[in-house]
Amino acid sequence: MTTTLTAQTITGIRSAIARGETTATQVTEIALARIAGEDEKIHAFLSVDRERALKQAALIDARAAQGEPLPPLAGVPFGIKDVLTLEGFPATAGSKILEGYRPPYTATAVKKLAAAGAVFLGKLNCDEFAMGSSNENSAYGPVRNPHDLERVPGGSSGGSAAAVAAGMAAATLGTDTGGSIRQPASFCGVVGVLPTYGRVSRYGLIAFASSLDRIGPFAANMRDAATVLGVIAGHDTMDATSSPLPVPDYPAELDRTAEQGVKGMKLGVPAEYFGEGLDPEVRAAVEGTIEKLRAAGAEIRRISLPHTKYAIPTYYVIATAEASSNLARFDGVRYGLRASQSDTLAAMYRRTRDLGFGAEVKRRILLGTYVLSHGYYDAYYKKAQQVRRLLAEDFLAAFREVDTIVTPTAPTPAFKIGEKSDDPVAMYLADIYTVTASLAGICGVSVPCGQSNGGLPIGMQILGRHFDEATIFRVGQAVESL
Amino acid sequence: MRRVAELANLELSAEEEPRMRRDLNAILDYVAQLGELDTAEVDPMAQVSEVLAAPGRAATEKDSVLREDAVRPCLERERVMSSAPETDGVFFKVPRVIER
Repeated sequence: MTTTLTAQTITGIRSAIARGETTATQVTEIALARIAGEDEKIHAFLSVDRERALKQAALIDARAAQGEPLPPLAGVPFGIKDVLTLEGFPATAGSKILEGYRPPYTATAVKKLAAAGAVFLGKLNCDEFAMGSSNENSAYGPVRNPHDLERVPGGSSGGSAAAVAAGMAAATLGTDTGGSIRQPASFCGVVGVLPTYGRVSRYGLIAFASSLDRIGPFAANMRDAATVLGVIAGHDTMDATSSPLPVPDYPAELDRTAEQGVKGMKLGVPAEYFGEGLDPEVRAAVEGTIEKLRAAGAEIRRISLPHTKYAIPTYYVIATAEASSNLARFDGVRYGLRASQSDTLAAMYRRTRDLGFGAEVKRRILLGTYVLSHGYYDAYYKKAQQVRRLLAEDFLAAFREVDTIVTPTAPTPAFKIGEKSDDPVAMYLADIYTVTASLAGICGVSVPCGQSNGGLPIGMQILGRHFDEATIFRVGQAVESL
Repeated sequence: MRRVAELANLELSAEEEPRMRRDLNAILDYVAQLGELDTAEVDPMAQVSEVLAAPGRAATEKDSVLREDAVRPCLERERVMSSAPETDGVFFKVPRVIER
């Protein structure tokens, strides 16, 4: 057993436990030791529950000792982004307004992981209410990129990406509203999956923008990420937007198509994702990977997604409008922080929210309130919803010609902490290649495809049709094997 | 700015207000480019299911899935109330509602 988890795949951990070569307890101890050694520098975890993790591991070991068949994630050490609930664990959403809150129920995706034998180490740092692209908006301090501690890990699921990259967890859950899984995966050199809207139940997710929010996995490789998605996907009566479509056996699909690779597949390369603002090293890495995929037998087609440049403004109208509504529930009445010494209810609401929310959250609530307010609704909110349809139709048309679309995940490698924190529009542009898929509801994955001269990871984004995760995973696995 | 803050139940400090005004104006200037597109004939898209149901057709009642209307257990009051900042065990307590 090696001392880092990234050297161990999910399948490897499970079968080593089943064969008695190691125990879930031992694997958990290694993860906890890794956190104790590394996380002071990185700050990926907001809470760690050693006792509970070891208790879960002991249950797996007892089953293994009895020779019982082990579930797919048996003994696999997991971290959970702090916007998802796990009964009894804190759930801060990276915000002071939920400090000390312990939710009385568990998110469906987390429950499914537990049923599959996963061991929960703790909860992961993130931008406050998942609003941010650098993890600098956490009320509990930023996460640092394990590849360069002066740089951001990306956001908002920065802790989820960094924990896997630093070998502190074998896999983690994050959430993605405009790029919050794919962009940090790219910055940290791991695999991050944006499942199709409706693929994974959001019950137990602290909502940011309900028509966009999705839950997805981070892992060290494509197969592990596919395995986790297979576990958490599926219909749930507790989330009316979850889809009743059957969930394919993603790892089996990967095995089935491994030899064929990308041979005969049509990959679209949209001109709009390779224009101004793309870092030359990222361009070189992604274009180089596309050439290799061509050499491996893929047909490369140049395509156009003509409304791409309108995606960021569309996203910031829709996401903030929904956020202003979702975050109205944080009012100091039912849970979390309450400002003391307020004479009236109205003053208590205002003071609580003023004390509890950070600057970016306030900025987005104000923007969302403005675009929904009387006299501005048609000009902003309705307009953005109309443009959202045009963006979705761009993709539907493209997918009549190609099987998947390949692009850079982010325009640059990880930037320095503090570099963009004073300019919201510059920060929003970090999501320029990821918000489009969020708005259209299609699936995507970011896989590592190279490094900058300075040794920073670079990710390739692979986008697929609604509910066609198996196809993007196939391309992702091919990129890994180049 | 103050009116929007009031609608959002936010209290902005004297230091916060000019910064927020500057940022929101910058974002709204950026958003203004949506005006370049003629969307007179485009239906708004509120949910992903609208483009999934069947391309070119708006979602209808038939696409909605309703759960069975049955009584099911919910969270126990005690466990919910344990998270409340102030409670008498049965209700949430709040400061005075009517201002004079």
